[in-house]
Amino acid sequence: MFDILQILLSESFWSASLRIATPLIFGVLGALLCEKSGVLNLGIEGIFVAGAMVGWMAVWLGAGLWGAVLAAALAGALFGLLHGILTVPLGLSQHVSGLAITLFASSLSYFSYRTALPTVSSPPRIGPFQPLDIPILSDLPFIGPVLFQQTALTFLALFCVFLVWYVLNKTALGVAIKAVGDNPNSVDAQGLSVYGLRIGAVMAGSALMALGGAFLTMSAFDAFFFGMVNGRGWICIALVIFASWRPGKALLGAILFGAFDALQVRLQTEVGAFVPSQVFLAAPYILSIFALVIAARRAEYPRALLTPWFKGQR
Amino acid sequence: MIRIEARGSQSLAWKIGLPIISAILALILAAIPLTLAGAPILDSYAQMFSGVFGSKFAFSEMLTRATPLIFTGLAAALAFRGKLWNIGAEGQLYLGAMAAAAIGTGVFDVSGMILIPTIILFGCAAGAFGMIVPATLKIRFGADEVVTTLLLNFIIIIFLQYMLEGPLKDPMGLGWPQSSPILDQGMLPKVMDRMRIHYGLIIALLCAAFAQFMLVRSVWGFKLRAVGENMNAARHAGIPVNRSLLMVAALSGALAGLAGVSEVAGLKGYLTADLSPGFGYTGIVVAMLAGLSPAGVVIAALFIASVFVGADSMSRAMGVSSYLADLVVATALLCVLLGGFLSRYKIITGVSQSGGK
Amino acid sequence: MNSNKVLSLKNLSKTFGSVKANENVSLDLHRGEILALLGENGAGKTTLMNMLFGHYMPDSGRIEVADDAGHFSDLVLGHPQAAIAAGIGMVHQHFTLAENLDAVDNIMLGAEPLTRMRRNRHEAEKKINALMENSGLSTPLDVPAGRLTVGERQRVEILKALYRNVRILVLDEPTAVLTPQEADTLFENIATMAAEGLAVIFISHKLREVLAFSHRIAVLRLGKNVGEMATSEADEQKIARMMVGSETSLPIRQAATTGAPVLHLEALSVVGRGRRDSLKAVNLTVLGGEILGIAGVSGNGQAALAGVLSGMMTPEAGKIILNNEEVSQIDPAQMIAKGVGRIPEDRHRDGIIGSMSVAENMIIEGVDGHRFQKNGLLKRENITEHAKALSVEYDVRGPGIAAPAQLLSGGNIQKLILARVFDKKPLLILANQPTRGLDMGAAADVARRLIEARSRGAGIVLISEDLDEILRLADRILVIHDGEFAETHTRDRAELGLLMAGQAA
Repeated sequence: MFDILQILLSESFWSASLRIATPLIFGVLGALLCEKSGVLNLGIEGIFVAGAMVGWMAVWLGAGLWGAVLAAALAGALFGLLHGILTVPLGLSQHVSGLAITLFASSLSYFSYRTALPTVSSPPRIGPFQPLDIPILSDLPFIGPVLFQQTALTFLALFCVFLVWYVLNKTALGVAIKAVGDNPNSVDAQGLSVYGLRIGAVMAGSALMALGGAFLTMSAFDAFFFGMVNGRGWICIALVIFASWRPGKALLGAILFGAFDALQVRLQTEVGAFVPSQVFLAAPYILSIFALVIAARRAEYPRALLTPWFKGQR
Repeated sequence: MIRIEARGSQSLAWKIGLPIISAILALILAAIPLTLAGAPILDSYAQMFSGVFGSKFAFSEMLTRATPLIFTGLAAALAFRGKLWNIGAEGQLYLGAMAAAAIGTGVFDVSGMILIPTIILFGCAAGAFGMIVPATLKIRFGADEVVTTLLLNFIIIIFLQYMLEGPLKDPMGLGWPQSSPILDQGMLPKVMDRMRIHYGLIIALLCAAFAQFMLVRSVWGFKLRAVGENMNAARHAGIPVNRSLLMVAALSGALAGLAGVSEVAGLKGYLTADLSPGFGYTGIVVAMLAGLSPAGVVIAALFIASVFVGADSMSRAMGVSSYLADLVVATALLCVLLGGFLSRYKIITGVSQSGGK
Repeated sequence: MNSNKVLSLKNLSKTFGSVKANENVSLDLHRGEILALLGENGAGKTTLMNMLFGHYMPDSGRIEVADDAGHFSDLVLGHPQAAIAAGIGMVHQHFTLAENLDAVDNIMLGAEPLTRMRRNRHEAEKKINALMENSGLSTPLDVPAGRLTVGERQRVEILKALYRNVRILVLDEPTAVLTPQEADTLFENIATMAAEGLAVIFISHKLREVLAFSHRIAVLRLGKNVGEMATSEADEQKIARMMVGSETSLPIRQAATTGAPVLHLEALSVVGRGRRDSLKAVNLTVLGGEILGIAGVSGNGQAALAGVLSGMMTPEAGKIILNNEEVSQIDPAQMIAKGVGRIPEDRHRDGIIGSMSVAENMIIEGVDGHRFQKNGLLKRENITEHAKALSVEYDVRGPGIAAPAQLLSGGNIQKLILARVFDKKPLLILANQPTRGLDMGAAADVARRLIEARSRGAGIVLISEDLDEILRLADRILVIHDGEFAETHTRDRAELGLLMAGQAA
């Protein structure tokens, strides 16, 4: 018991939690934005892979780190555009289209990676983002190591939480996105474009998802592996329900999740002799299901989620 | 000005023709990545074709590959018919495989007449269990089964690793994480000498025929279709919706479990963690290509298996990544989605004539 | 008069598939005028207004709108933005509010450019308050629209239009969901606004309110404008004849001979979705051979009552006694087995399975019976025979019994449901809004079937928001308000209206 307390009070633990949470923050925000507009995006898992691959590949081809981040976001937005076209004006099943995007984005990424690097045995490395070392701030007790051992992408994720919150609650655009996810007719009756708003939201959300993937290859690790996303996208889909579609709660959920994940790694070293390591490996997925079960009944889904809307059909 | 209008009804020709066109289109589109990879297009296609139809053995390999896809395709098709989004066939496949390995590797040393049905029964039960859990979570707590089945896939695969390193580990396996071999009398017989096709294929075809018959002709199928097409109206009409969902969940999971049984006790003879290269997920594509019809699943599975086997052979010959096959399969799904749209709606384009006289 | 003209529709036509929804419709509207647009369901009223508002693109014809100075110009067709910019506002029959947003956000939606990074809610609230003051339309501003009453939501819809400075306001069946008193208040507010120069078109099929509140009447039939007249020169017979084209005889209700009770509810409590949409320990008796009309504004417990009687909702407390036998387990299958016929409110959602065939939809409640299955396999010949016979008997028309039910028209879908329900000779019939959205012919048909069933000895619970329908068909009337019943013998609209609003008469 004392050990757990010691872990919970340590700087490195919270620093790791935030690091693990970062891709999830991007992913949950992305899923949140899509779903707020009424579109479930199960392409998330594949878009993570694509973001990871494109970000990594861009740097490997000589782009700057931020240029690579932009490229990853762009790739995500393109897959979002595809999902948006299939599900919004064409009104196809969001479930199936999303899964198709996941299959398509991940196989395209793997194929491109293999085609670019047919023969390497160990994945080539790139120079990833380094922790931001800010004088004075980094020296603050506790806060310093926790916050300022993170890379710029983590700060970008935190900023995106604020950005998504601000857009949804303070801007005309955000109000329109919330409206289109509740009742598309409300938007249509005011002469705004349902299709435009939804496709736009899905593209922006998908760009965020891709950033989550890019964090994996450009900050958490420095190479691209097969299967490195490993269900993170699906976890985000569960977390967004848990977070009741609120950016603040999404941040909280992602960090709680990160903390739990960081804790299990540390516990594993403590009690690994008695408990099979797989218990810890499976914990994040079990936790996600648990979170979903708890949250599902009281979840207030965006009313128009999964419901296609066609012009002139009311 | 673009408008979308529903077509009255779909003709049979549309229903059958569309997936075929989609599949061919996906194959043609594969020319793009092939070009990017620097492979000669026509040679590559020729290689793909001969990789499937070039020899009796090649063709039998394709059938072997199609076997698990028929099972997982049926699993997805039946569940989707009931609007139960079972994306967990991959996990249920491994549950079935683990059951087969647990039962078939020497716990019961009985004759094949008893052992084989027992293995199948337990495999089905394990797979069914794997889908009943998320279905129950959906019915009791409203937890979205898409997410739970997807997450369960990961949990089950981790559980599999544990089993292969522990209880199911082959003591003679030189430390490799694999199960002991299935007893000889527990193996499904081969269909042909010197080929890998096994009776799993026959079982799969029987399952497809039975599912097709039940769906169209039985009260059970009638109710399943009703629940899937309009759950509210089905409930209102007195159809026990939850029971229907649980039933199709069990059936869907059992079929996925059978895929695992057939791979372990029909093909490989033992269980490893890389038993399935994503058969569960590919089954979704198979089901969609088949228009969720059990009979169609057989044809779609043959097509997808051909793509995989052909692409494998082509990639060995041409040095193109075998991920091409996955890419073609994903593209086929996108094409069939679009095609399904075109069969249900027509897009009407026309110049908007503001205030024509 | 001509100088006052603000809107002119000229020869508008619109075809959907093979249906001519509008054919060369022309119509003028003047400043300060309240024009009632009348017609049966399917006559083309809503299509015409949707073309005016830019939701539909006309096949031919044009629309001229006057600007503030009275100069006419062509409206760009097919673009709601253009209509809004030209000062045209529309309140749809089905409200177009985002229920997760409050009134202010709903009203501001689309009124400010999407690129605006910082919204000025404060300014907007001031303007809305001023509008509420002038028009008499008041509603809470900071509550999500989903929690407003129907009347409040409608006021938000109208305020939304006023906020955009409309000069032409279109209201599509504005009183369908209101109590008579609420409707009167609404029309008083409209009259106030019209006096200040607003031009109003309202769509209705309630002759009473048309005669009472409009200045002029235009009637559409089968997509054509078949006549206009000043309201002062109109009377009910004249308008009805124009709407229908010929005299239709509404079924006449005759005194009934009632039998034994078929349904008792004893201290029945049901918790519904909304706060008010529950039943609070209600008692109710329905006799065989009577039509019991349940009048009330929607959202006062009708859904809970219908939910229990159809077996879709489980009561918290109380007893349901059907034919002197307590129903212990309440689910749809039980209710069907105990002889309850259910005509659901939302026939597309609960009544049919659109993608299954007409024949399959006709047996969906009886598929377990020996007539349609043997050993779990469908008897397809019997199913076809059955569907053919019912189609003839109940006059279900469409592309055939093998076609998907969704291809039928609304009226024929309802006939399909009636066929399914009445064929089993149920002793209790729940008819929830059975004629909503049907044209006069189909509605009369439904009414005739209900009266026939009553004569046969069935007890009928008729839930309707249309007070006229209740007055026409019901032998006995209960008013439902806030989850409780009030029995009344009055047939006076004003008294019933007060009861519907929860005020003791």
